[in-house]
Amino acid sequence: MGPQVPLITNYLTQHFLDDAAVGLEGYERLGGYAALRRALENSPADLIELITSAGLQGRGGAGFSTGLKWSFMPADGELPKYLVCNGDESEPGSFKDRILMERGPHQLLEGILIAAWATGAEKTFLYVRGEYERPAEALERAIAEARARGIVGTNVCGSDFAHDIVVIRGAGAYICGEETGLLESLEGKKGQPRKKPPFPAQYGAFGRPTTVNNVETLCHVPHIVNNGADWFRGFGTEKSPGTTLFGVSGQIARPGLFELPLGTPLDELVFEHAGGPAADQRVKGVIPGGLSMPVLPADQLDVPMANEFLRERRTMLGTGGVMVMDERTCMVRASVVIAHFFRDESCGQCTQCREGTGWIHKLVERIERGAGVMEDITVLEDICAKMEGQTICAFADAAAWPIQGMLRHFRGEFEAHVVQRRCGFAESFEL
Amino acid sequence: MVISPETRAAIDEAIARTPQPRGALLPALHLVQAEHGHISLELAAAVAEILGIRSGDVMEVVSFYDMFHARPQPRHHVSVCTNLPCSLRGARTLLAQLEAHCGVAAGEPTADGRLVLGREECLGACANAPVLRVDGTYHEKLDSEAARQLLDGLE
Ligand SMILES: Cc1cc2nc3c(=O)[nH]c(=O)nc-3n(C[C@H](O)[C@H](O)[C@H](O)COP(=O)(O)O)c2cc1C
Ligand code: SF4
Ligand code: FES
Repeated sequence: MGPQVPLITNYLTQHFLDDAAVGLEGYERLGGYAALRRALENSPADLIELITSAGLQGRGGAGFSTGLKWSFMPADGELPKYLVCNGDESEPGSFKDRILMERGPHQLLEGILIAAWATGAEKTFLYVRGEYERPAEALERAIAEARARGIVGTNVCGSDFAHDIVVIRGAGAYICGEETGLLESLEGKKGQPRKKPPFPAQYGAFGRPTTVNNVETLCHVPHIVNNGADWFRGFGTEKSPGTTLFGVSGQIARPGLFELPLGTPLDELVFEHAGGPAADQRVKGVIPGGLSMPVLPADQLDVPMANEFLRERRTMLGTGGVMVMDERTCMVRASVVIAHFFRDESCGQCTQCREGTGWIHKLVERIERGAGVMEDITVLEDICAKMEGQTICAFADAAAWPIQGMLRHFRGEFEAHVVQRRCGFAESFEL
Repeated sequence: MVISPETRAAIDEAIARTPQPRGALLPALHLVQAEHGHISLELAAAVAEILGIRSGDVMEVVSFYDMFHARPQPRHHVSVCTNLPCSLRGARTLLAQLEAHCGVAAGEPTADGRLVLGREECLGACANAPVLRVDGTYHEKLDSEAARQLLDGLE
């Protein structure tokens, strides 16, 4: 069956080309679950220290220190405590977690069990995006195999540690990827994010202390336990260690999933690994980290793909979903697609977000049709500025950022639509 | 419409796996919809009773999530991802061709109730754009000829 996309592999994905390594037997033959056994011989405090000193940062979008997050869990006190693995992956342009779940389910389970031991969780809720039927099945199969072999259950690998893993399937709502929206969804409610504080480490799933980690984040964990913090820091940059999975899509010769060190320059990713644009085309802009992240124009692709560098260019790594647009593409039209997505997915709790995403879509769409006026562009900027940092969750920021990026780098195209009263990109995709 | 004993048993298993019965609501709705194709008021009330919550709470959840349907559905759901990476690789053109082929606009079921064409947000398969989802199964890198044949083959 194979991974079904072109891959560049490193430690996370090296077994993904081999169908036999998906099951428990194949995974163990390659040394699988050795890290878990080793972790169980260490104290939770030592493990948290190891992950902290390795500098692992969350791969779900925010880039928060994983070790620090684990340390927020109350070290003792009453059970139950929970771990939530966020497999809701719905950020447009991202497909890494799907492949990690489908092709490496035991690697993820091993990461989960180590994280659960380190944070004292008795149960993991593994929340898988509703559309991801095949990944959910792969995980159910892997959990059954692991349970039959005593790897999941009342005595994890023969130890006194008891842990159970439950797969919960989402049902088609982007906002359930936000960690507190996810917690509400787990509780059988609408996935509307909660006000913070309290944070999940105090009040999480079913009101209990909970750690929420992304699928990819947890997949790195067994490798750090096996090889150590210094080894992990041998990949990537000083501030952003390790590899990550870049999903490259759009107008590019070789779209695929590329596991490369953080800090790999964006132009290397686009032109070498993904083969560059079509022969007679030039790259116009690249969205570096999923649809929520501001675009970079062609003259800024020398940036190393790590947050400390991307921030200087006023964008972020997000989920590593790299979308390439060539010069045929109308950036106003691309903005309509972006604005439409965020308008539809706002959960509606906060006025700025509900109204703002509606207005952004309306204005961008009007400009694209050639029915806009110059003032629409300034109103657009104003609305985006008012949405940042004002709401219950970061969705509203995520809705404003990409539009701000488009206006920052391609304002001329918006103005041209207004002046010419039409779109001038004959070869762009049609809406 | 009633929940079969098999589905009921699976719901009970889901309840056993979560700390509070309501935590089994999403699993229960997936199971009921798999059995009946949609979640009618009657079925929602039955789920509510099993979980000890109000049927209004169940209906609210059904309407919040795109994958749950409160009304009877055509036999097949065919959706084309129209988010940015797929749009950049011809998804919208493909959708227009399929609309013409089926003689319906996206969102309107065919008169014989055979299928409904729809748009979908990113399905997480962008490297293989354009991406089509037919009743839960992904079909990737499809050209319009292959997509038309796929649709014609649906009962
Ligand atoms: C609107 C929104 C959507 C999100 N969607 C996801 C998602 O699909 N998957 C994910 O892992 N994190 C997502 N996140 C980030 C989570 O809230 C959370 O930070 C993450 O799961 C934590 O894991 P990490 O620290 O391992 O990255 C989203 C955040 C926001 C604001
Ligand atoms: S910011 Fe938007 S998505 Fe987040 S809670 Fe408010 S309305 Fe909902
Ligand atoms: S944009 Fe179509 S699968 Fe991601």
